[in-house]
Amino acid sequence: MLYYILQVLVLIGLVSTAVAVIWFKDLISAAIALGASSLILALQFYLLRAPDVAIAEAAVGAALTTAILIFAIKSTDRTEGYK
Amino acid sequence: MNFKMSVVVRTVADIMIIPIIVFGIYLILHGHLTPGGGFQGGAVIASATALLIVAWGTLKDNKDDFSTMESTGLTMFFLLALLGIIMGFSLFYNSLAGTGGIFGGTVSGINPGYINTGGTVPLMNIVVGLEVVAALSLILYMMAKRSDALEVEE
Repeated sequence: MLYYILQVLVLIGLVSTAVAVIWFKDLISAAIALGASSLILALQFYLLRAPDVAIAEAAVGAALTTAILIFAIKSTDRTEGYK
Repeated sequence: MNFKMSVVVRTVADIMIIPIIVFGIYLILHGHLTPGGGFQGGAVIASATALLIVAWGTLKDNKDDFSTMESTGLTMFFLLALLGIIMGFSLFYNSLAGTGGIFGGTVSGINPGYINTGGTVPLMNIVVGLEVVAALSLILYMMAKRSDALEVEE
């Protein structure tokens, strides 16, 4: 029963963070939301008994991709849309 | 990223890279026993580099060191693969398993998982970890440096 409750919570968190990535106009907030989405996806991989993939997803998705995206945003515009 | 963050962030980053690097080394060395391996441990250690670059600004110019490390890792991986042919078997053959020495121990029956086993597999994990650390750190360093250069132009 606890397993299914956790699955529903992970699904809600995954969908809401994915919507937040599209909804934010501030691109740094969107990058942080993408990192949170990656972290919840890593939790889901762990619940599905793939800890190997979970470690790779947490390290690459949450830490490295967020850092690279923030470096890229710093050298371009911070807000979405054309001026 | 040519600015330093505050002293609180820098101190916490300096302290936090120690458990991150130790956990990455644990993942690499236990790659043949538990979940993890060369790529995962290397990515965890490279996230320590990301933490340092975010907290301290761009590191000093060590692009050539990272490049040498990456080439060394890939060359060692291919030499370990060729070791199977040199010992008289096929490519990628695990010719060191059970021969004694480092990572050459033997196991029998149900065991808790001894680290001194696996033959060439832990050695390949170590060199792949070296290569992944160098490659991801190089990507992060080049991205941070390029964003510096673009900021100066504006």
